[in-house]
Amino acid sequence: MQTHQYDVVIVGAGGAGMRAALESSKEARTAVISKLYPTRSHTGAAQGGMAAALANVEEDNWEWHTFDTVKGGDYLVDQDAAEILAKEAIESVLDLERMGLPFNRTPEGKIDQRRFGGHTRDHGQSAVRRACYAADRTGHMILQTLYQNCVKQDVEFFNEFYVLDLITDHDLTTEEIAAGEEVNATGVVAYDLATGELHVFQAKSIIFATGGAGKIFKTTSNAHTLTGDGMALAYRRGLPLEDMEFFQFHPTGLAGLGILLSEAARGEGGILRNSEGERFMERYAPTIKDLAPRDIVARSMANEVREGRGAGPNKDYVLLDLTHLEPAHIDAKLPDITEFARTYLGIEPYTEPVPVYPTAHYAMGGVPTNIKGEVLRDGVNVVKGLYAAGEVACVSVHGSNRLGTNSLLDINVFGKRSGRAAAEYAKTASFHELPEDPTVRVVAQLDEMRNRPDGERVADIRKALQDTMDLNAQVFRTGDSLNEALTDIRALQKRYRNASVQDKGKLFNTDLLEAIELGFLLDIAEVTVVAAINRKESRGGHYREDFPDRDDAHYMLHTMAYRRPPEASDKAEGHVKGYFDHVEEFDGYKVVLGSKPVVQTRYEPMERKY
Amino acid sequence: MTATLEATAPSSAGEIPSFTVTLRVRRFNPEVSEESTWEDFTVEAHGTDRVLDALHKIKWDMDGSLTFRRSCAHGVCGSDAVRINGRNRLACKTLLKDVNPDKPITVEPIKGLPVIKDLVVDMEPFFASYREIMPFLITTGNEPSKERYQSPEDRARFDDTTKCILCAACTSSCPVFWTDGQYFGPAAIVNAHRFIFDSRDEGGSQRLEILNDKEGVWRCRTTFNCTEACPRGIEVTKAIQEVKRAMITRAF
Ligand SMILES: Cc1cc2nc3c(=O)[nH]c(=O)nc-3n(C[C@H](O)[C@H](O)[C@H](O)COP(=O)(O)OP(=O)(O)OC[C@H]3O[C@@H](n4cnc5c(N)ncnc54)[C@H](O)[C@@H]3O)c2cc1C
Ligand code: SF4
Ligand code: FES
Repeated sequence: MQTHQYDVVIVGAGGAGMRAALESSKEARTAVISKLYPTRSHTGAAQGGMAAALANVEEDNWEWHTFDTVKGGDYLVDQDAAEILAKEAIESVLDLERMGLPFNRTPEGKIDQRRFGGHTRDHGQSAVRRACYAADRTGHMILQTLYQNCVKQDVEFFNEFYVLDLITDHDLTTEEIAAGEEVNATGVVAYDLATGELHVFQAKSIIFATGGAGKIFKTTSNAHTLTGDGMALAYRRGLPLEDMEFFQFHPTGLAGLGILLSEAARGEGGILRNSEGERFMERYAPTIKDLAPRDIVARSMANEVREGRGAGPNKDYVLLDLTHLEPAHIDAKLPDITEFARTYLGIEPYTEPVPVYPTAHYAMGGVPTNIKGEVLRDGVNVVKGLYAAGEVACVSVHGSNRLGTNSLLDINVFGKRSGRAAAEYAKTASFHELPEDPTVRVVAQLDEMRNRPDGERVADIRKALQDTMDLNAQVFRTGDSLNEALTDIRALQKRYRNASVQDKGKLFNTDLLEAIELGFLLDIAEVTVVAAINRKESRGGHYREDFPDRDDAHYMLHTMAYRRPPEASDKAEGHVKGYFDHVEEFDGYKVVLGSKPVVQTRYEPMERKY
Repeated sequence: MTATLEATAPSSAGEIPSFTVTLRVRRFNPEVSEESTWEDFTVEAHGTDRVLDALHKIKWDMDGSLTFRRSCAHGVCGSDAVRINGRNRLACKTLLKDVNPDKPITVEPIKGLPVIKDLVVDMEPFFASYREIMPFLITTGNEPSKERYQSPEDRARFDDTTKCILCAACTSSCPVFWTDGQYFGPAAIVNAHRFIFDSRDEGGSQRLEILNDKEGVWRCRTTFNCTEACPRGIEVTKAIQEVKRAMITRAF
């Protein structure tokens, strides 16, 4: 075992982690720990753009952007956070340009902008060009630019190190914390993939930037490595997870594969059609049609398929039609995604429509933070020295449905904020003592998994999990389907205790780490489903066929889910009788639900129409 | 053990039937032996399955110790460059049906970098060369209060080399790199090109000086292996030629 001491430790080297590192490493001794080489992070897969009301090509302002974000999130957005997002968007795009990001340009040489779903002029009048972009590889250029600047600034990385535990100075799963008492994050435990050795990092500030959890689903645009690690680690240490029932299904995944075709395809004029060739979005969202927010488009597509108007031999997808666009235009604006269609489906988008179907894309929920990026341990109090940013976090700027291009924005705005706040805090804070044996939990977990002789295959359990999530907790949900999923997950959690790996070695043991990641997936899927069962309304990405309407009277609250031992309290902050008071018992622990108020400033909830 | 079938293909691809395919994989595990060996695995594949799908089937259903890197699974993260039938490719972007599945398909680690285990190589020397060419925008004077302007034509000048995902397929296909690991290699030069031809950058002469080194661009023998290997379709050799030309024409 090796130990290290840093003022700031950042877990994750995607957009959020590296944006934070660029801030904090200027001010404080900083280490970035990442299970992937920084440039392999999934931020690099983002295609379409990053929103900011630069008004470079038409009239726009940050207030319109704030409104769209709030409305897009079906009013479950914290409006103070959304305002920050929209205001600081402008500076954060300019930051990236000054760092060297090669944005596409207008004829006069400014950053070019294009349309994206849900972004409108003047509170919904018509679509507005707000997305700043670099062809259809905006995320790639952001990730590269941030990494380049980390090289320039000589940021210290620990690559292919998996963080497997978070250390705090109180056990939040059981202890009642007295009013005014501080809880501190003191370090993390990481596993070096190359050698199998454990490293303990003691830190004054820790930033979680571990990204999403799309692999709880089978059909997903997310990378194999997006297994919800940061969320699960915080959750297991007694920290709440917020709004986990809200998962975004992106309308246009390549049918059967889930690989994403950016909304930019529709922003540039692409049209969705059913088997009859009908532009069906005209029926569901008469004003902005194909550019309605993702939850609406995804449901409309699934509905077309359900009502028998799906295309293809099994009538199980719809078509994204680009054939009316000039090939030169496609090549200039959408080169990568049209190549995906060619490579993986053998479809030529110049002349043939592309088979598409919704794909699990983005976790709106996550580790709750305030607008400085500090992690909340209940509805109000923070863990000192612990921050989260990016997809792992829930600030909440996306509410129940994220608008396209608002995540690349989120990682930059809140990555920067958390990096600054973490460094600032580290200047005055001191190191807190670590427990005598900080690695004890991780060692036990790894040994158990490695030494279990011959049990169930990790891949079989994972596949069963992903299948039930796709079947029962996708675009359309009911109480019955969700309970089905929960029953399956319970059984899979049991089987997981009997899972084993074949590779027993120390060196680069990805077999072992996949098994550990499966544990994260199971916990995240479980809390997602428990929260979804509890929310008996339909809002944004969470659609309950048995409760098809939004119910502001009872559910205009963020869900807060806590995992605790059976003997711990059944009460959680924000307990609302009959609505946010559910306790779900599992074998050896329970999930306790509470809530947190939604911050409303300017905008009264209205019915969402497009 | 039989591999379980996973329906990864959409129904439209139903016309391409399933088939069995043998992967002949180069195995190496220094915890077990200093020698590397070939091992054959036969799996059932779907019409549009990629080499990465087959590697996953082996790892998940047959032999969990088979070790390789991967993340995005659609050719954008650069994790899984390997040698397939003697050519450098991304496993996630290579369809089995396109690499003659009638015969065993060989899969080996990319060449010229130390092998750690099975298909995993030590990428550090590769990234070290990349870092050396100063892969970041260099400017002087005050930052502008808004964005720097750049015409669409100036932006297009270096578009090709912005696509690089640092997969190392090019560098590890280069015969010069195989014999001399000190050579910067095509990927580093591609990334230098991305900045040298960016109208906003002022560090061109420093970079050209670095690449004028004896391990720099002049070692390139224009074999075009790199251009053929690049999964992003970057005209790597052309970029290297342009950097060479800039050295001759720009006084630095
Ligand atoms: C295909 C696709 C297209 C998208 N397009 C857009 C778009 O056009 N516009 C937009 O706004 N948004 C888009 N998004 C969403 C957006 O890209 C992501 O939400 C965002 O990039 C997430 O960034 P991140 O930094 O939070 O996480 P990531 O970039 O995923 O980085 C996570 C990091 O955490 C590390 N990590 C994870 N677990 C551990 C661990 N246990 N220990 C150590 N390190 C760990 C990883 O190594 C990685 O470095 C898209 C998403 C996808 C999947
Ligand atoms: S130039 Fe092409 S082959 Fe070389 S590292 Fe970049 S993407 Fe890979
Ligand atoms: S897995 Fe990302 S490029 Fe192949």
